Amino acid sequence: MGENQPGYREWTMSDSTRTDYLDLDTKDETFLDATELVLNMGPQHPSTHGVLRVILKLDGEKVLGTECVIGYLHRGVEKIGENRTYAMFNPYVDRMDYVASVSNGLGYCEAVEKLLNVEAPPRAQYIRVILTELCRIASHQVWLGTHALDIGALTPLFYCFRDREEILKIFEKYCGARLTTHAFRIGGCIYEAYDGFEQDCQKFCDAFLPKLDEYEELLTTNRIWVRRTKGVGILNPEDCIALGVTGPVLRAAGVKWDLRRAQPYEAYKDFDFEIPTGLNGDTYDRYLVRIEEMRQSVRIIRQAVEGLPQGPIMAKVPKVIKPPVGEIYHSIEAPKGELGYFIVSDGSTQPYRVRVRPPSFVNLQALDKMVRGLLVADVVAVIGTLDIVLGEVDR
Amino acid sequence: MPDETKNPNPVLPESEAPTTPQSGQAGEADASASSSVTPAAGNPDTSAEQSVSLPAKPEAAAKLDGPAKPVAAPATGEKPAAPVAAKPAAKPAPKPEGPKPEPWDSDLVGRLRSQYGSGIREASTYLGQKYLVLDSTILYEILLRMRNDELFDYCVDITAVHYPKREAQFDIIYVLYSFHHNERVRIKSYIKEDEHLPTAVGIWETANWLEREVYDMFGIVFDGHPDLKRILMPDGWKGHPLRKDYPILQQDQEWVKINLGIESGQ
Repeated sequence: MGENQPGYREWTMSDSTRTDYLDLDTKDETFLDATELVLNMGPQHPSTHGVLRVILKLDGEKVLGTECVIGYLHRGVEKIGENRTYAMFNPYVDRMDYVASVSNGLGYCEAVEKLLNVEAPPRAQYIRVILTELCRIASHQVWLGTHALDIGALTPLFYCFRDREEILKIFEKYCGARLTTHAFRIGGCIYEAYDGFEQDCQKFCDAFLPKLDEYEELLTTNRIWVRRTKGVGILNPEDCIALGVTGPVLRAAGVKWDLRRAQPYEAYKDFDFEIPTGLNGDTYDRYLVRIEEMRQSVRIIRQAVEGLPQGPIMAKVPKVIKPPVGEIYHSIEAPKGELGYFIVSDGSTQPYRVRVRPPSFVNLQALDKMVRGLLVADVVAVIGTLDIVLGEVDR
Repeated sequence: MPDETKNPNPVLPESEAPTTPQSGQAGEADASASSSVTPAAGNPDTSAEQSVSLPAKPEAAAKLDGPAKPVAAPATGEKPAAPVAAKPAAKPAPKPEGPKPEPWDSDLVGRLRSQYGSGIREASTYLGQKYLVLDSTILYEILLRMRNDELFDYCVDITAVHYPKREAQFDIIYVLYSFHHNERVRIKSYIKEDEHLPTAVGIWETANWLEREVYDMFGIVFDGHPDLKRILMPDGWKGHPLRKDYPILQQDQEWVKINLGIESGQ
């Protein structure tokens, strides 16, 4: 596959008027290589996970190049942020990566806390860690279910959503919402852990590990799954770093880098966990890495529940939040990669500028490099393995 | 000429020796608690007795400046970043000062200053985060150098901020991260309305979409970009939404009418 194949041509999508790529004199050896075909995939396509439009340039069934068209879900979150107070903007960030809304809120609250030079009390930090890790599991479950469904395995979808329900129930009991939780506030948490919170988390952890084995039983050695994912969409570490790809995609390429370890935030320095890495950087490795990440999340939740300290859950934060003039960049390890917030304060009650560095947006850029030379069906697998959420890509 | 002997074992970061930016702030959690009434910056420095309630913020911020940074002393032309406001305003209760940017001294800054001199306008840390302010003319050179010589191999983000009242209307900000040093640096430059910037796509591939977004949202043009067009807004849209003179309810009515067939999208 790829450049060695006869008939392979480099093709830049944006330059549709070029004809010099056409090598008209030499006869092409490939079977049925008449012309290239431009195929439009999406925006309304079940396997693009939302409203992503990919324009594929094909030679037969081989992908010569892609171009992503995004922005269908653009709501101007950053502009909204400039027109809301710090506290009012907090619920909006949940709507970016809506399958991992707790992580979004955590990143935003922490960034504003840094700007205020405030730190959440220990108990709040532990509650935050528990909910964020639960959210990471929930996000990975959505990923696994939909990704497997795209490739043709229907059962994992039901298994994953069945087990995700338990997490959503904990969210609902904790803060009243299942999806867009708005669980945290600037300075800590507003809700105390409800009666039985610890037991619920423990119960979930105990029940979830066997379920995780069930997922693996269905897929890890499944011949079809392995054939569809091994060696597909390889991204080596150098490309990952050049493309700014983070999260499980980077770790599957063998780079042992996780912001929870590299630059610990919240209470993560208190916990013992491994950073799983892959070897080949292909779709199969990314699957294994995410599965292992769920196990590690369970480990973190258990430690956090056991060590949950007593004390206040809210730091002393003024009612009207007016951070001093300054700029801050703060990022956390969201389920999809590095989620960063760059906030500029002019000393007023509203941020002067909020910039969100979304992991999905940056990771999606790697799609072109990953699918060149593969088949159309693999594009679906690669989009799934990148684990994008279009609400976050477009913001 | 500094030819990096500084990184003898450039092993990719395990998770060793993490810089913990938060650790220094533990004791001052409630320091800015009472700063609710007026913006804290630019406040008078007059009340010595009031500052007792503030447990030594600036020192704490200085401590945050990364562990084991050898303090090279190239402090030529180093000036405190924020001018100390000296105007005595008659406030009923003087507020605690916000944290101030601290000068940032390091080998890296020393090397850059020795080569580029006054092109490095400012090197500071704010709340433990390091940033450089550069002349836009040497921006590309420095970025290239940061990537190749100083091993800042990961471009986290490129973004801009619009200040319509300033002569140089835009801040352009590059957030860089080094896997080798586990260190993050922001590079900032001020550019004028119609000033073009050289593209960073040749340095980091990830700059492609990030620059497209900056172009889309602010209208800053990057020369040499392979495919500079709108990314989030539709092609043919008029205006750049994240500029401050673009109100939140404004939209390109003509585009809406032609493409959506309705009078207004509101």
